[in-house]
Amino acid sequence: MVEWFNSLSLDKQNDLWVVAVAALTNSACALVGCYLVLRRMSLLGDAISHAVLPGLVAAFVLSGSFDLWAMFLGAMTVGLLTGALTQSLHRQADVPEDVSMGVVFTSLFALGVVLIKRYAHRVDLDPDCVLYGLLEYTAFNLVQFGAYEFPEALPRMGLVLLVNTAFIVLFWKELLISSFDPAGAETMGIRAGLMHYALLALVALTTVASFEQVGSILVIAMLIVPGATAHLLTDRLGRMLVYSVVIATASAVVGHLLSVRLNTNTAGTMAVVVGGLYLAAALFSPRHGVIGALANNIADTLRVVREDLLALLYRWEEIGDKRPLGAREAIHSLGGGWRAALARYVSQWRGEVCREGSALMLTDRGRQRARALVRSHRLWESYLSAKLGLPADHVHEPAMRMEHYIAPELEAKLTAELSDVPRDPHGRPIPAPPSSDDSASASRG
Amino acid sequence: MSYLTWLVMIGTALLGGTAGVLGSFAVLRRRALVGDVVAHAALPGLCLAFLVIGARHFVGMLAGAFLAGLAGIALMTIVCRWTRTKEDAALGLVLSTFFGAGIVLSSYIQNIDGGGSRAGLETYIYGQAAGMLREDLFLICAVSALVLAILAAFYKEFKLLSFDPGFARAQGWPTLALDLTLMGSLTLVTVMGLPVVGVVLMAAMLILPGAAARFWTDRLERMLLLSAVLGAAAGMIGSLISAGVVRLWLGFDPLGFAEGQTAPTGPVIVLCGTGVFLFSMFFAPNRGLVARLWRWWWLRTKTGDENLLRTLYEFAEGRGSGAPRVTASEVAAARSWSARQLRRRLRRALSMGWVRRVADGIELTPAGRIEAERLVRAHRLWELFLIHGASIAPDHVDRDADTMEHVLAPEILAELERRFGAAATSGVPPSPHGIEPANQ
Repeated sequence: MVEWFNSLSLDKQNDLWVVAVAALTNSACALVGCYLVLRRMSLLGDAISHAVLPGLVAAFVLSGSFDLWAMFLGAMTVGLLTGALTQSLHRQADVPEDVSMGVVFTSLFALGVVLIKRYAHRVDLDPDCVLYGLLEYTAFNLVQFGAYEFPEALPRMGLVLLVNTAFIVLFWKELLISSFDPAGAETMGIRAGLMHYALLALVALTTVASFEQVGSILVIAMLIVPGATAHLLTDRLGRMLVYSVVIATASAVVGHLLSVRLNTNTAGTMAVVVGGLYLAAALFSPRHGVIGALANNIADTLRVVREDLLALLYRWEEIGDKRPLGAREAIHSLGGGWRAALARYVSQWRGEVCREGSALMLTDRGRQRARALVRSHRLWESYLSAKLGLPADHVHEPAMRMEHYIAPELEAKLTAELSDVPRDPHGRPIPAPPSSDDSASASRG
Repeated sequence: MSYLTWLVMIGTALLGGTAGVLGSFAVLRRRALVGDVVAHAALPGLCLAFLVIGARHFVGMLAGAFLAGLAGIALMTIVCRWTRTKEDAALGLVLSTFFGAGIVLSSYIQNIDGGGSRAGLETYIYGQAAGMLREDLFLICAVSALVLAILAAFYKEFKLLSFDPGFARAQGWPTLALDLTLMGSLTLVTVMGLPVVGVVLMAAMLILPGAAARFWTDRLERMLLLSAVLGAAAGMIGSLISAGVVRLWLGFDPLGFAEGQTAPTGPVIVLCGTGVFLFSMFFAPNRGLVARLWRWWWLRTKTGDENLLRTLYEFAEGRGSGAPRVTASEVAAARSWSARQLRRRLRRALSMGWVRRVADGIELTPAGRIEAERLVRAHRLWELFLIHGASIAPDHVDRDADTMEHVLAPEILAELERRFGAAATSGVPPSPHGIEPANQ
């Protein structure tokens, strides 16, 4: 491994170090970020990463040097303070939550910038580095450990990732329950408030440790976007955490490669890549994606309109009008538009409806299905009228909607309840159930 | 004061006032952080405009920023509406991704022309009020006038939208279009403020004046007026501090900057806004923290005093005349008070002349008796109401009445008297449940 690494060119070594540090950092952020997204606290990372600035400056001025531990302590203190202040402003002074967060972090940030200028002769802090980070220069700061040489940030970020993972594993149950049901958690004896502050500390720790390396903007992106993306892909918390780490790592790799190719800022490119991954998930996620939902919606609408067409034709036959129903008329009475027209063609294509001249007729197959539907419709009408006592002129509309969703089990129950009711409230007969072999497929619709 | 100082002062005051008014709506509409998102989202627009125009053209870049900000808001709305991602995550998502894209573009620009123009873009991130030109001031004036005109034209609609969007929709108002108009105006002002105070701090300019004004009043008109004044004041004072004018007046710099150093204008303006906010939060007459604390303390003291009187009265009532006096420790035990609480309440009651010490204990003075009768009356009337009006069992009403007796208004008491007739109008009605003074 080491020989292989040493055999690489300096450029390649550099690439590997950048990707390794970025992957560790992004994963550490993504893990806690999942909980932030679920608990609707996403903007806390934004707030903390801006607000730590005065803490850094204060630590710098007080310790008088670029002491890593002092800086860390200062930033951590202010980070926790941000969370506590936001909360207490909201609770004690009755300020809306978003306002209190906005007030706290912008004020602290302003204070930080003023302090930097005020102690400019003593503080060598570059606000730019706070924003963009120094990911490109990761490999410039190598430390020697035995025979190995690696970037100084690597063990630090590894440790943070380890702490986050350990916390989540140890308090898995507590975090799970308090994230989804804080009130329930309290009644079970889990201190939801304590969990809130523990998570806050974890976010502060991760933010403070990361942002010097990758910059605050990438920290915010990595805290929120991988979690939100994973949330679109799954409903299980465990999987969500795993997916978010995969997404965070992938965006580190792809982001770095792209930034090398395009010669752009690494952290910014990673943020854009992870945003792109979110967009892809939002569009194409099988369960929660926009396109999937749209397709489901259209299919559902089409099914309902098609069933309405069948029921319409059935009723027309029932009335016994000599004149067959024209296709144009039928579409018009279904409300017209592209849905009705499309529904007609699909029904024809599926062999449920056929054309004779300009008229639409039910085929045998279509009639079976239509009968089941009309049966569902009239059963529901009878149920509303007989059991709920609704007047006869109020039952048609709800039945128009329900008829498409009456499953065989419900139909069986309705049949049992209404065994003595042969006709619907309007006096029309309730069609007999179709013969047993096709009842399942027909009544579902 | 120099010409430049005047220029910057007027510009920042105008910006602060306009941002304050518009931000009030954002605060009320629960969209406080939208300004933050817009400010961040504007960066790629600035860069793209620079790339397209090929030079640092002020109006062109602001137009680019405006379009990018609008795109950010539109994307955020779509994400909230069409995916399961919640509003907070959508805000952060748009903010960080757009800003990341801005950083990418700006590093790209730096690469193609060697860093010369990057410095120009940086002023939009941190703001540089001192670099304001006369043309910039004209532009700020024009935008402020436009935005205020929009607000005046749609005042009624925005008001309804801020307080009851559901009702507005039910009334048939085009809420989406109105919301977009409001957000568009917000974007316009945010983009205007970017070169002055920078990305992060523009959000503060939108939030702080409105949030501060909210403490002082419950009327929208006054809140808007106040937020305009507060925002303008913050802008003015901040620009004067950072220009060193305040140091000339006071003889020292309020932020402790040494001679020859200049405080950055944007952050100082925001800190002034924070000061205004903090002052309002503590000292506003009704909603302020001090007022709240005072009300809370006052109610607690009053409740304690009144509990002492009623306990004494009911002890005496239960024992009849000639029985041994009530001792202070008996009262403390009955109410589960600590020795310190008892001492404090007794001291107050003694100094008010409601209670006096006698040889073997304490007793009510005639004045204290009148006061106690009033309380016991309120207590028992409320119990009667709970028993007969709300059908609550007699042994469940004492506790509830114990908290209500202190806050029952005279009108309610009069109404209760009217309801419970003669039994209640003459003096103190008998307790509807048994009283056991020993373990009450």
